[in-house]
Amino acid sequence: MHDKTHAPAGAAAPEWNPKSIIAARVAQELKPGMLVNLGIGLPSLVANFLSPGSDVFFQAENGVIGLGAHPPEGMEDPYLTDAGGGFVSAVPGAASIDSAMSFGLIRGGHLDLTVLGGLQVDERGYLANWMVPGQKVPGMGGAMDLVAGAKSVIVAMVHAAKGDPKIVPECTLPLTAARRVTLVVTEMAVIKPTDDGLVLLERGPGVSVEQILAATSAKLIIPDDVPEMVLD
Amino acid sequence: MKKAIKAEAAAALIPDGASLMIGGFMAVGSPLRLIEALVERGARDLTIIANDAGLPTKGIGRLVHAGAVKHAIMSHIGLNPEIQQKMISGEVTVELVPQGTLVERIRAAGMGLGGVLTPTGLGTSVEEGKPVIEVDGKRYLLEKPIHADFALIGARQADYVGNLEYSLTAQNFNPIMALAGKTVIAEPDVIVPVGVIPPDEVRTPGVLVDHLLARAA
Repeated sequence: MHDKTHAPAGAAAPEWNPKSIIAARVAQELKPGMLVNLGIGLPSLVANFLSPGSDVFFQAENGVIGLGAHPPEGMEDPYLTDAGGGFVSAVPGAASIDSAMSFGLIRGGHLDLTVLGGLQVDERGYLANWMVPGQKVPGMGGAMDLVAGAKSVIVAMVHAAKGDPKIVPECTLPLTAARRVTLVVTEMAVIKPTDDGLVLLERGPGVSVEQILAATSAKLIIPDDVPEMVLD
Repeated sequence: MKKAIKAEAAAALIPDGASLMIGGFMAVGSPLRLIEALVERGARDLTIIANDAGLPTKGIGRLVHAGAVKHAIMSHIGLNPEIQQKMISGEVTVELVPQGTLVERIRAAGMGLGGVLTPTGLGTSVEEGKPVIEVDGKRYLLEKPIHADFALIGARQADYVGNLEYSLTAQNFNPIMALAGKTVIAEPDVIVPVGVIPPDEVRTPGVLVDHLLARAA
């Protein structure tokens, strides 16, 4: 949806770094026919890891279903932008909608999946991602509606912030919603919030369970077998 | 039929201290000439209801920069560091509202509803001070309508009845705000003769529009 900074799957091997590992792993959760909303920043990279013909429609909450890649230079339309204000294109079959319809899709249960960045996720599976009191007050934008309303919510974030765990017993930052997210994907781990707590499903490339535990302050449930992510 | 007015005349209709809904998303679809005319008029103490604060050099950010804004009701101010500084210094007060809730509160005002019930914000700081209402076993926040003295609308095309057409992601909040402002001023890119816009293409019926901005000279 933005600049193709990574080769699409199936082409030349992408350069692996924390962000591309996260984006490639999240991309595996996108299934044909889904309507998907990608947050600004890291989540937007997910689109680069979809194979052509994946039949996923992307929504931008500022008013388009069927968001396409960044247009070639000179082909930008000032009235066709994503939620970050960047130029985009629209795929054949796209629809433009106003903000009420856009958030009706989100809140009304018509959006299959949203992928959002995160500041903290806790043992309840609750997400905090919209403000750091006294430091950063950008506003929640559409994040609260997305977490409250999307059928599935995936948090895509680096595992720790400068050594500080982001997967914590209980969020200390203001919550985005009191709703359990579906999945948390970091460069070190794939974690599934459940009734019993946070279950470690997968390890990042070359990462051990011990390393994950050391970088996580929340309690993790460790199954007997925790396979390594398979990235293609 | 409406007579198109100049931006300067439109800005003169809007007194200091007025509440303004302004369409646009990161300045895309915002009525930029109206905003500029308000800056030139030296407008003060405005309350701005909008999705975001634009950028410091574009869209609603121009009004913030000029010191015209006293209070803002918005969902996102993250791309405008200037309004964040003014918020911290106390020059501007900001009420942050989830985007989907903001558009529904505006829609409620325009559609004559007493508010909306939404799950968005439950269990967060947005819930503070608001009634929680249970309907068929599900909990919702009661969010009240937001009214405004004026709605300033950006559109792609208008006719002289005031019918408006929008383009792609430039519609955003515009058609909803056109219902909710007591006085509605529309800034179309072009004005065409009546009959040129087919009825099916009209997103905002002209009965809602009070004033049309003339094309840029």
